[in-house]
Amino acid sequence: MKLNLEDIIKSLVDMESIELENVELDVEELVIQAKQAMLMPILQQLQPQAAATLEAKPEQKLEALPEITFEKPIKEYRGQVEEITLGATRSEGGSRGKVLKIGGQRTLYHFEGGWINKPVVSFDVFDIPQPQFPKALREAWSEVWDSPAEWAREAVKRGADLVTIHLVSTDPKVKDTPINEAAKTVEEVLQAVDVPIVIGGSGNPEKDPALFEKVAAVAENERCLLASANLDLDHKRIVDAAVKYNHNVLSWVSLDINDQKTLNKLLLEEGLPREKLVQDPTTAALGYGLEYTYTMIERIKLNALKGEKELAFPVSCGVTNAWAAREAWMNVAEWGPREYRGPLWETVNALAVMLAGADIMMMLHPGAVQAIKTIIDSIFGDYQGVEIKYEDWLKV
Amino acid sequence: MAKVSPLEIYKYLPGLNCKECGEDSCMAFASALIERSKSYEDCSPLVKDEKYKKKLEKLIELVTPPVKEVVIGTGERACTIGGEEVMYRHELTFFNPTALFIDVSDDLPADELADRVARISRFAIERVGQKLRLDGIAIRAKSGDAAKFGEAVVTAVENSDMPLMLCSFDPEQLEVGLEIAIERRPLIYAATKENVDAVAELAAKYGAPVVAHSPGDIQGLFELVAKLRSKGVEDIVLDIGTYPMDEKFGSSLENMVMLRRLAIEKGEKLAGYPIMGVPLVAWLNGNDPAKAAMQECIIASAQLLRYADLLVLHSMDMFSLLPLLTLRQNIYTDPRVPIQVDAKLYEIGKPDENSPVLLTTNFALTYYTVASDIEAGKVDCYLLVVNTEGLAVEPAMAGAKLTGSLVKEAIEESGVESKVKHRKLIIPGMAARISGEIEDLTGWEVLVGPIDSSRIPAFIEQKWKSDGQG
Repeated sequence: MKLNLEDIIKSLVDMESIELENVELDVEELVIQAKQAMLMPILQQLQPQAAATLEAKPEQKLEALPEITFEKPIKEYRGQVEEITLGATRSEGGSRGKVLKIGGQRTLYHFEGGWINKPVVSFDVFDIPQPQFPKALREAWSEVWDSPAEWAREAVKRGADLVTIHLVSTDPKVKDTPINEAAKTVEEVLQAVDVPIVIGGSGNPEKDPALFEKVAAVAENERCLLASANLDLDHKRIVDAAVKYNHNVLSWVSLDINDQKTLNKLLLEEGLPREKLVQDPTTAALGYGLEYTYTMIERIKLNALKGEKELAFPVSCGVTNAWAAREAWMNVAEWGPREYRGPLWETVNALAVMLAGADIMMMLHPGAVQAIKTIIDSIFGDYQGVEIKYEDWLKV
Repeated sequence: MAKVSPLEIYKYLPGLNCKECGEDSCMAFASALIERSKSYEDCSPLVKDEKYKKKLEKLIELVTPPVKEVVIGTGERACTIGGEEVMYRHELTFFNPTALFIDVSDDLPADELADRVARISRFAIERVGQKLRLDGIAIRAKSGDAAKFGEAVVTAVENSDMPLMLCSFDPEQLEVGLEIAIERRPLIYAATKENVDAVAELAAKYGAPVVAHSPGDIQGLFELVAKLRSKGVEDIVLDIGTYPMDEKFGSSLENMVMLRRLAIEKGEKLAGYPIMGVPLVAWLNGNDPAKAAMQECIIASAQLLRYADLLVLHSMDMFSLLPLLTLRQNIYTDPRVPIQVDAKLYEIGKPDENSPVLLTTNFALTYYTVASDIEAGKVDCYLLVVNTEGLAVEPAMAGAKLTGSLVKEAIEESGVESKVKHRKLIIPGMAARISGEIEDLTGWEVLVGPIDSSRIPAFIEQKWKSDGQG
């Protein structure tokens, strides 16, 4: 249908609303041919902004910007990460004041919703003093390291969500501490703190299964995390102990996603309930293969959400390995003061695994833990801070 | 290109298998395009022959990364950011490492400013055989005085060949800077809701890349981008805001994830640009310098892991830059190609015909760790590096990439037999399993060394020297 100018104006005036689909070109011509003033009231009524632009810069072509819609890019996932409970209160037969839940994610990112539980931080506590620690760690812990119970208590004061007691001295090559004595240490730590605990073996494949059987018994119903079962030892004994005395098991492999699947599957076949499995793909230090760990955790989480059940468990990371990097502890003038460098090395390491998807970070330096906990709170919107004016960075 | 198969690419190639591109077939060339080891321009029939014009257009569209590549600066130190195709490095690789810009403020005395600029340019530290450097200088218009800002830009241009970022919200100041530095293709910071018309005109007039700045507001950011594009500006960098880690830090990270996901997984063109962050905000809180530098490093690390392609920092302290540079080196390592060193015989210290011969693999990290441990222990020796295709000792053993016959080849090709009188080889503790195999195949005697290379000096002291060697 072809309308002349008067028809258009007439219909514009008559109608309350009108589709302006093919009008852009005409408008430009109108500006020149017709009297702009004649059209202005109508345009103002319909499109106040366009009219204003037209008025201000009549020489410019009216070019409507593409309509901008922004929707949060939220995805649908098929899978869900298993939710694991650490610790048990009195009513559940344990003695913990706090119970932690980890995992349970139905999405990859917090903004997608579906994140029920925050990542948590554990402090490492050892059953014997650690004089070989780098200086920054000696300074933090040497006053309490003669007593694991004291150490654990101090760790909780410094923000630990849970505490890991490493029974390293049970290794025949370290001190060959008898299993009964190690069990006593675990009891002491349980009495000293009321947060959930992780019990770490020495890594000795002969002794660890017997060790876990004993400590699982003395910590019955406390829902600890036994760290860890791996492919090199008799994991069935650890699973049996965990099931009998109500604990969780850490499934630990060395940076191989297929090994992780294999071991997880074995542990489940041996009778470990799904809601009692946490996995540890090994944390390589920043600068020493961190990218392998980073990518493996990302793959675990992505596959879990795609529905791969063998990998759909929370991830625990031994971030303490950051201190194995010489950049974290070595006194090298060119690298700057190590009292800052070391904690920062551990923080960045923790940050990387956490953003990749880790649920538990096992850490050592109080400053690093504080930094990570602040970030966790910030991501989960639990931190109430003061607004800053971001633009001010130009004027710092 | 987001996850295109070689077959899809192949459809738009001439299919002549002419090999002019250097590949054996068009199909191989299609794979090379996906890997980005070749560019579409390498297919000369496609580029030259008019009849393939439609195919070429379609191909360019297919192989153009969903995140646009933006070049800042010129010459040797020009830096390219963006160009990413995947959300996760294992899906392909990340291509252009996050550029690190250090700020200078225009109210510094000229000599201090010149000195800082020169220090930023010179900065370098070696790690695992790579030289880690900074990438650019962000000049902040703190004084509010256009003439002063201009002077600072002049000083930066005269004292450095690095890429520059001109930072002011005032279009007049920006124009002063652009007049001086345009030859160097600086990045303009920033177009905001308030100044976008004027800044867009500047970007178009000078052909300079420009930042769209809309803190915390993705919708607003997209409106700015649309506006810039409507003025013909295509080299855009996105600034969605950075907050100190104890405030809105978490949401600023999630905004970065959303932008990258929109670009890569949803094909949203308005998000298809490099993202930048300003960890320098750590200095806004009045923290003491050490604390601010640490916070800055933490913010920067998190943003680097959340797709930031460019970061503006203040601290030049090595204690805070080293973790960040190392993180960048790790995350931008191409997962398809482990970093390797040449497989050959290396001399550590001043070895002679009686010096020990140690064996390791060509995984760069393994090599540099072993070499630096030996150096630190002041051991003069030969280090024989076997080609394990870039695997460390443990995975090489598991994957049969470190075997007796490979060691035999390495011994023969390295010429080590003419360098030493003895025939004793020290192998890594983790390779103990193949010691018999090596002895049978080479006739060399094998000594199983420590599992951890830090114990090599002690091992040499005890096992080698006490043997009457060395």
